[in-house]
Amino acid sequence: MLRKGIALAAFGLAVLAGPALAAGPAPAPLKHAEFSFEGPFGKFDQAQLQRGYKVYREVCSACHAMDLLAFRNLGDKGGPFYDPKYPNANDNPYVKSIAAEYQINDIDSETGDVVQRPGTSADRFPNPFPNEPAARASNGGALPPDLSVIAKARHHGAHYIYSLVGSGYVSPPKGLTVANGQYYNKYFPGDLTSAWSGDHASVPPGGVLAMAPPLAAGKVTFDDGSPSTVDQQAKDVAAFLMWAAEPKMMERKQFGLAAMSYLLIFTGLLYWSYRRVWRNVAH
Amino acid sequence: MSGHSNYEPKTGIERWLDTRLPVVRLAYDSMIDFPTPKNLNYWWTFGGILAVCLGIQIVTGVILAMHYVPHVDHAFASVEHIMRDVNYGWLIRYMHANGASMFFIAVYIHMFRGLYYGSYKAPREVLWILGCVIYLLMMATGFLGYVLPWGQMSFHGAVVITNLFGALPLVGEAITTWLWGGFAVDNPTLNRFFSLHFLLPFMIAGVVGLHIWALHVPGNNNPTGVNVKSKEDTVPFHPYYTVKDGFAIAVFLLMFAAFVFYNPNALGHPDNYIPANPLVTPAHIVPEWYYLPFYAILRAVPDKLGGVLMMFGSIGLLFVLPWLDTSKVRSMRYRPTAKLYFLIFVLTCLVLGYCGGQLPDDHVIPGLSTFLLMDADLNSFVWLSRIATLYYFAYFLIVLPVLGLTETPLPQPESISEPVLSHPANAPAGAAASPEKRG
Repeated sequence: MLRKGIALAAFGLAVLAGPALAAGPAPAPLKHAEFSFEGPFGKFDQAQLQRGYKVYREVCSACHAMDLLAFRNLGDKGGPFYDPKYPNANDNPYVKSIAAEYQINDIDSETGDVVQRPGTSADRFPNPFPNEPAARASNGGALPPDLSVIAKARHHGAHYIYSLVGSGYVSPPKGLTVANGQYYNKYFPGDLTSAWSGDHASVPPGGVLAMAPPLAAGKVTFDDGSPSTVDQQAKDVAAFLMWAAEPKMMERKQFGLAAMSYLLIFTGLLYWSYRRVWRNVAH
Repeated sequence: MSGHSNYEPKTGIERWLDTRLPVVRLAYDSMIDFPTPKNLNYWWTFGGILAVCLGIQIVTGVILAMHYVPHVDHAFASVEHIMRDVNYGWLIRYMHANGASMFFIAVYIHMFRGLYYGSYKAPREVLWILGCVIYLLMMATGFLGYVLPWGQMSFHGAVVITNLFGALPLVGEAITTWLWGGFAVDNPTLNRFFSLHFLLPFMIAGVVGLHIWALHVPGNNNPTGVNVKSKEDTVPFHPYYTVKDGFAIAVFLLMFAAFVFYNPNALGHPDNYIPANPLVTPAHIVPEWYYLPFYAILRAVPDKLGGVLMMFGSIGLLFVLPWLDTSKVRSMRYRPTAKLYFLIFVLTCLVLGYCGGQLPDDHVIPGLSTFLLMDADLNSFVWLSRIATLYYFAYFLIVLPVLGLTETPLPQPESISEPVLSHPANAPAGAAASPEKRG
């Protein structure tokens, strides 16, 4: 009986294996990082999230918006600046002071005039550009994507981001024409056939994008004394973006442990009841 | 629901109610006392599992609808609002999104079980057809629901699927415009898709009621396919099958939970976390995994209208299956040849599903180019899909009708109890029954 159950489960997995293999274009194999949040018991590393936030703020946020994030999220449970003393993240003084450093566009409720006021923890991260055409105009026609859920919007999420900004920018192979304002990245999905002067069977992997290599050694000073290498910056910002995309991940995995334990015991009890109820029936 | 009732109201209020609205009698007859063949195996537990799936989808869906905004400017953000700001919103949404996949896993197993054990044969044709109706409604509901988050795959999936109707001659364009509520997939489309996505599950629930009613008239089929002959062959539904189904449901929920808590996005496509943009088409538009076999059939046919007709035809065939299969023997346990063809049919469906997720012109065997035939290399997923599609249709239109007339089935047992009693583990010493000697 149990054997049949296992066979059923195996069949289910076989059905599922199909779409998992159905992926888009295949650039160079990604460089995988060891992230603390992986696996069923994975947790975000708060120090890493703080470093990652600093990289986002000092580098990425010059062009990339994060519309779905509010300053209060930084102080949410599992977030970079969570403090158990402030269960309501809106009260977290660290979060308040970060928010206050920004000027937010608003309307004066008395006069209706357009004004700017210091941010509060309830405000969303301000967008670096007033609108899409402005963003494109400043970036050679390309639109820097919003980073709120980018880690879920790319195959292999955080590993992809880590690879792209950490080690993807290499000098283009000889024979590849890269236009002005474009940069070759071996992990960026694309098809370089038309820009490749060499043999069509050996078109280099990767693609070109309008983002210049964003990271450089020493570009961000980490407050905890971590070495400010490109690899470290890339890894930290990838972890931060994973948190931003899936802020409830730790809560989910903790809930999952309880749910799975409950279900396992429940299943065991039901199996025992089943054997007992059926013990006198030949079947 | 039908037939003889053993219900005896015990209390005053039950007697009072029984002469006015016998709901307790209905519940007792269909869920407690209902005589069920005692040899049902685990493949029979998927009916109960499916009922649980429908319940989960409706409950989580109604809660999601309290927070979701069906507008092109707000849909994506409102789904993320559910994930971030609604209490346990992440749980409810991931249950609903993965629940759809679980629902389809269960329904496919349920259907293959029906195919193998001949559960569509007389007197269960109506039961089977109602099941096909439920499956069609599920496909529609799943598609409508996938559009609602208004991500890239939502939008472009909606464009591809609605455009299928455009292939119909004369009326095609009018139908697509009517479906869209405009001249492109836009806000009116999203609005009506939300409305219909809310409506259809309740229609499914209604047809499920009929499906169960139609089940309770002839009673369950069983792995031998032999009719119930006596009380010896059955056990009351409760507690025997409530506990067995309960165990199977719990195992199923374990798998469900493993996805929800540890891999909630594994069955989705990353592109659907990119807000819909009509001006940017994803590199590779793929539907959800449960539509992939039909997507493969659609793309296997070089002509658009032909592909659409074949795709709908592949489901339409299921409706007439009871009259295509000419064999008088229900269970393939006693049809060794049919069993082999059935196994190939299951593999074919899996191959079609795999092909549906690949780029049509990619090589099946990497690096090997053969020759072009009908605009495609013979070593391509298009050709693999074509061969598989051919078998899919041949199975229903040639194998099942012909095999029933030509094959020699194995002898069937006299009754359900017989193979049970003759099983070596149950037989008293020396009592050797030999069912193979009977016709």
